[in-house]
Amino acid sequence: MSDKKKRIEEKILEHELVPKHELLTREEALGVLRELGIRPEQLPWIRASDPIAKLLGAKPGDIIRIVRKSPTAGTSVAYRFVVVG
Amino acid sequence: MVESDKTIKGIKFGILSPEMIRKISVTAVVTPEVYDENGIPIEGGVMDPRLGVIEPGQRCATCGNTLAQCPGHFGHLELAKPIIHIGYVRHIFMLLKTTCHSCNRVKIPEEDVLRYRDLYRRLRNRWPQLASSLIEFIRQKASKALECPHCGSRQFKIRLEKPATFIEEGGRGKLYPDVIKQWLSNIPNTDLEILGIDPEVARPEWMIINVLAIPPIAVRPSIVLETGMRAEDDLTHKLVDIIRANEKLKEALNSGAPEIILEDLWELLQYHVMTYIDNELPGVPVAKRRSGMPLKTLSQRLKGKEGRFRGNLSGKRVDYSARTVISPDPNLGINEVGVPYEVAMTLTVPEYVTQWNLDKMREYVLNGPYRWPGANYVIDPSGRRLDLRYVKDLKALAESLKPGYIVERHLVNGDIVMFNRQPSLHRMSIMVHRVRVLPGKTFRLHLAVCPPYNADFDGDEMNLHVPQTVEARAEAEELLLVEKHILTPRYGGPIIGGIQDYISGGYLLTLKSTLLTKDQVSDLLATIDYLGEIPEPAILSPVEAWTGKQIFSLLLPEDFNFIGETRLSSGNLKCSSDECFWDTLLLVKKGRILAGVIDKTVIGSQQPKSMMHYLIMDKGVEVGAEFMNKAFKLFLRYIEMVGFTMTLDNVKPDERALEESAKVISDSYGEVQKLIDMYRAGQLEPVPGRTLSETLEIRILDVLARARDDAGSASIKYMSLTNPVYIMARTGARGGNLNITQMSVVLGQQSVRGERIWRGYRGRVLSHYKYGDLSPKAKGFVESSFYRGLTPLEVFFHSAGGREGLVDTAVRTSQSGYMQRRLINALQDLYIEYDMSVRSLYGELVQFKYGEDSVDPKKTAFGKAVDIDRIIVKNVGWRMSV
Ligand SMILES: [Mg+2]
Ligand SMILES: [Zn+2]
Ligand SMILES: [Zn+2]
Repeated sequence: MSDKKKRIEEKILEHELVPKHELLTREEALGVLRELGIRPEQLPWIRASDPIAKLLGAKPGDIIRIVRKSPTAGTSVAYRFVVVG
Repeated sequence: MVESDKTIKGIKFGILSPEMIRKISVTAVVTPEVYDENGIPIEGGVMDPRLGVIEPGQRCATCGNTLAQCPGHFGHLELAKPIIHIGYVRHIFMLLKTTCHSCNRVKIPEEDVLRYRDLYRRLRNRWPQLASSLIEFIRQKASKALECPHCGSRQFKIRLEKPATFIEEGGRGKLYPDVIKQWLSNIPNTDLEILGIDPEVARPEWMIINVLAIPPIAVRPSIVLETGMRAEDDLTHKLVDIIRANEKLKEALNSGAPEIILEDLWELLQYHVMTYIDNELPGVPVAKRRSGMPLKTLSQRLKGKEGRFRGNLSGKRVDYSARTVISPDPNLGINEVGVPYEVAMTLTVPEYVTQWNLDKMREYVLNGPYRWPGANYVIDPSGRRLDLRYVKDLKALAESLKPGYIVERHLVNGDIVMFNRQPSLHRMSIMVHRVRVLPGKTFRLHLAVCPPYNADFDGDEMNLHVPQTVEARAEAEELLLVEKHILTPRYGGPIIGGIQDYISGGYLLTLKSTLLTKDQVSDLLATIDYLGEIPEPAILSPVEAWTGKQIFSLLLPEDFNFIGETRLSSGNLKCSSDECFWDTLLLVKKGRILAGVIDKTVIGSQQPKSMMHYLIMDKGVEVGAEFMNKAFKLFLRYIEMVGFTMTLDNVKPDERALEESAKVISDSYGEVQKLIDMYRAGQLEPVPGRTLSETLEIRILDVLARARDDAGSASIKYMSLTNPVYIMARTGARGGNLNITQMSVVLGQQSVRGERIWRGYRGRVLSHYKYGDLSPKAKGFVESSFYRGLTPLEVFFHSAGGREGLVDTAVRTSQSGYMQRRLINALQDLYIEYDMSVRSLYGELVQFKYGEDSVDPKKTAFGKAVDIDRIIVKNVGWRMSV
């Protein structure tokens, strides 16, 4: 990967249109799953090769939390389950 | 009735094995003959009586049941040579490519086979998508192998020649079905598993048919025509063809016919079996009836809109429904629907006889099926159904009624029914109405419910459904009643509301200048069944007179406050404070209109933030519905009293208007000519991304559009405030400034695909113009108005533009219909869980919180938690400015 491309990818998280992404710890992840009452694969998926997932160092099986700004709800929280690919 | 306590957990599809086909078969079919000379079905033919009962009263030769009980039974046909099942060609092709021609193992090394199998088994249930991509990967890998990893033999390329011929290039050449069957049957079960085939239910050699199942006669019934002739089902015809071809092939085999003859006959049998399964195969001649109609064979029965799935399973024709033309009835309530007697006497509601409704039920039974309100059937406590058309003594039956009986009575006033207009694009397309039985042959509905159904009365038809149980009625009424859909979840505003004359009428009634005599007031209040006191007259002398605002205010709740600009508040009539002279700011305090008039933005349908919207939000939909019922009747009565219409003179342009608009148009022609000259001289500055000629067109279009608008406003300026056409446009009742402009001054530029019209002759549209003429009139600018009339050339341009509009709507409806179908299929099973998350049937999360905020758009102040402005107005009733 060229240096320039790499720099751009690192800046993804800083872009104003990219919501906050964070990797959950195992405990947090289990808590989320318990709260929602579902198995991890029933969450929406994100590929491990997704630029954001790579940047967070997410591995298949991890769960990512996304906190978005919402004009109606203030903030809204979503989760993604990391899968191979 | 015995009910099974078994539940279906899943469905697994497989392929019938020849053994299974023979086992379920009740007879071998051996002859192409169907009937003997007496018309009796021949045993061993395709109509063999053992295949099931066809005529009522008969008993089945196989199971001994009558027509209603006998499920029908399969037969079988032993084919002289195996045939490729056309539905499995793709699978067979895959298997031939991925397995070895010599040892018939999958072309994957042994240790990998086991590894993949274990991996596949682990993935299969939890990661179906991954499992299928693994299968795909294995297939790719296996078909690429040049040498068999098991026996080491060199591999040939297999080619599929459509529809069903396999060629082994460089090897044996054409692979005959019996060779393929042998090959497939040698593939071991473990190898099949990693190729994505479950050998338990689908051994691949079963994809080559050597025993054909003959479906029961019930699947392909013959019909007797009036002439006494028997017409057989298409499937029966095709089966006879197959049997005949099979017989010929068998004879040829036995007599040791030459190879070429054999192959031809085999091909023929292959063709017949193929078209028996699917008669729309690409590259295969369609099997036709003698009349030239293509035969409807197995796959044609399932496919498409009228096929088994879309036509009979996903959607079906239903009982207790009616369909007829609709027409308007302003005297109904918005929750009502007018139902013709004829329909009311055909549709029924089952009602349980109780001690409290006994007399009523006796009356219905006594009236019988031909007098409304009567009944069509009585079901006695033993479950016997009596058809009242054939009951001799209705009186005796009525006497014998007692609790425990069920009377299927006619539809009566107040019954609740579901009313629907296609295309049912949103939830307001099916709503519950209360029945009003009326003379006539059409369904009648209130005009305010036209917008949600998107109905008009130019021949539209609608459907009506009668819920049959108490639970269904309760559910339908709670969820679907018209008034519960006044507000739409699409934008939160009222979709049901005033249209057309309701708006004109409201405007005329609430005009500052409207004064009503006592007679008129009494007339108006009588039409809405007003029972209260008549208010103090606004004018006491010389005669008592009331304002229209006073009368209308009687319908508003006493504590209702509202302030808002009306549609008329613009230009020199703009009002933004309550001290304004123009009466275009609507001011309602304590249920009285103090200032302002009614127009589309006050009571119109599809107008969020209108007075009516806030009335409904404050007081509830019941009050809103009642308000509409009364107010709209009032408006119509008033518009009837004063008379409201339009004539040709109303669109006649004023002299001054004509002069001004003519000047505007001719000025624009000059401007266009200047542009053309600049273009010709090469002085035109091109718009970025456009060629010079495109730039010219854009500029000309712009100039002409402006010219039309300017000419329009010049003429509208001179219109009288009492001109009904002008009133309708200003209040939003019907039409706008563009319509007025086109009627009275100038039609403007006609366009096709957003361009000036240029297609036709080379360099010109019609032979009436010079080559290369770029002037407005040569390319579709119509300077006549509808009032003046169009010249023949203008009519030509106008119809070209008009045609495009028609084509556009036709194309758009079909495309959006298809999109709707896809969306509905994808979304229909989503539901909102109690935690407000949106989930699929399989528990997958679709949205973590419905719409991010779990807010119902019908119950929110346009996305905000509270609407402070509204709260102030609602409680204080006053704000100095808007
Ligand atoms: Mg219509
Ligand atoms: Zn039977
Ligand atoms: Zn081999």
